[in-house]
Amino acid sequence: MKEDPGYYDYWPYQNRPRITWPGGARMAFWVAPNIEFYELNPPDNAHRKAWPTPSPSIPGYSIRDYGNRVGHMRQMRLLEKYGIRGSISLSAALCDHHPEIIELCKERDWEFFTHGIYNTRYTYGLTEDQERAMILDSMETIERATGSLPAGYLAPALSHSEVTIDLFAELGGIYTCDLFHDDQPTPLNVRSGKPFVSVPYSLEMNDTIAYVVNKVRPRDYGRMLKDCFDRLYAEGAESGTVMCIPTHNYQVSCPHRLRAFEEALEYITGHSDVWVTTGREIAEHYLQNHHAQALNAIAQTEGAA
Amino acid sequence: MSTTNPLAYPMRRYGMDHDRYDWSMLADRPAIQWPGGKKLALWVNVGLQFFPLNPQGQPVKVAGNMTMPYPDLRHFSLRDYGNRVGIFRLLKAFDQYAVTPSFAVNTRLVERYPALLRAILERGDEILCHSWSMDTAHAGGLAPTAEAELVRRALGGLRELTGREIRGWISPGKLESPLTPELVRAEGIEYVCDWVNDDMPYPFRTDNGPLWSMPLSTELEDRFVLMDNLHPAHSWAEQVMDACDLLLDEAGREGGRILALNLHPWVIGQPHRVRYLEQALEYIMAKPEVWSASPGDILQCVVSQS
Repeated sequence: MKEDPGYYDYWPYQNRPRITWPGGARMAFWVAPNIEFYELNPPDNAHRKAWPTPSPSIPGYSIRDYGNRVGHMRQMRLLEKYGIRGSISLSAALCDHHPEIIELCKERDWEFFTHGIYNTRYTYGLTEDQERAMILDSMETIERATGSLPAGYLAPALSHSEVTIDLFAELGGIYTCDLFHDDQPTPLNVRSGKPFVSVPYSLEMNDTIAYVVNKVRPRDYGRMLKDCFDRLYAEGAESGTVMCIPTHNYQVSCPHRLRAFEEALEYITGHSDVWVTTGREIAEHYLQNHHAQALNAIAQTEGAA
Repeated sequence: MSTTNPLAYPMRRYGMDHDRYDWSMLADRPAIQWPGGKKLALWVNVGLQFFPLNPQGQPVKVAGNMTMPYPDLRHFSLRDYGNRVGIFRLLKAFDQYAVTPSFAVNTRLVERYPALLRAILERGDEILCHSWSMDTAHAGGLAPTAEAELVRRALGGLRELTGREIRGWISPGKLESPLTPELVRAEGIEYVCDWVNDDMPYPFRTDNGPLWSMPLSTELEDRFVLMDNLHPAHSWAEQVMDACDLLLDEAGREGGRILALNLHPWVIGQPHRVRYLEQALEYIMAKPEVWSASPGDILQCVVSQS
């Protein structure tokens, strides 16, 4: 085990080269709906239990199924209303289980990035070859279902190995959502040396972290989103920032919670100088316009290797 | 279940990874009409629960059971408070706002408290079976013969004590064993409220014949919001009212919806909380598009259109 994952170097949030977004926007804003499939009877994983109660674990399984049966349509209509194309963090097996959802999102030109095969299958315990095969399976499944190879990765249930990001870069990915170290995109060091970027995704704004872990009240969640936006929008006057709202159809789309989310979306999209975009577009823009400059600046940071 | 190959996915296929029900998105289903042109059915369910002082916690301990070393008088008596005091505050609120509730009853509770049973029976509201007690979890690990006996004891006892047919079932903690749906269906249950995967009823398969699954949100119930999420009661009322608005709006576009409120007298029947229940009920019942009804009547209405 290592003291530090080694994917990035320390790089203070001041005196960085200025990031510019298309149209002179201050902020790149994206929404990342996680569309997941949890298995009712996943195989045991020695490192992490999928469900807290003996099989069949109806409470956890059925609320996640609610997300696909009921919640998806609600959130999709809401994003459409505010001109937002979702960037879907997709359990690739959902292409097999629920192709109707994939079609609805394809029709709206949403982005699909990979979130593994199932959210009940963890990276823990996989050999490197197995992990590579799992990621490749997820990418190929999504490419077959959507026509595009996914550009981004969020490891299933945020479960990682030491080489997760290296493997994804080697398989053709260009960005990851797995790291929470910054409010701007940053270059990552991957072992292949390929250009690769971390796109800010945010655990703090993640509805499941807010509602399930931090037990935030729905209207306070709406307020948090607006407060986060206000600060990053203000700072974006100096150098472009990124705000992401990661969502889950079984959390944010519940009838008692959607209103707070809608108020935040209305507020955010009501501002000018916000680039409402997708994870892939942020990564591509950054790689084309800012990546080389950032590498150079990082190399000159005090203490750089 | 366990497989040795972590990359084997035996149930990766179209639809669900089990055969209990068909995959279907709510928005794709035919619109349901409620009687009198109403848009939103309000189902208020009250759990009448018995938490024994000496729980066995087998095969698992259901939320709300004793947590302190025996005898855990604080939790025993606080649960009992709901059945002695809180429930009567709830009944007043229902009558004040013309709400038709249902009661999900642990059979052991009404065997112990005939006066409470009489008060419920006199109202004529629907009664569902909630198993024998809050210490009889229906969960994986429970022996099939023991569970069959438990279902017969709970349902048979409740039918005898109430003189009612009893059509609905809610497992303690909404847990189920792999056989619970088969066993309750075999004893004449018509609908089960354990799966929180929909906002409308849907058909559910068992080896002993069909059931219906009725939606009863856990995310919005008083116990979950107040005791697990630790939100204050005024926030719970706000959440209920926001849910009412959203479902009413959706019902206007897509057909009838159900606002299902699951209540626990030991939680929401406290003097500092009950006014927020009243506030929510006043708000909901002031809407002319709302139909307050029993789960049996709501389900019958859906079945007749299916």
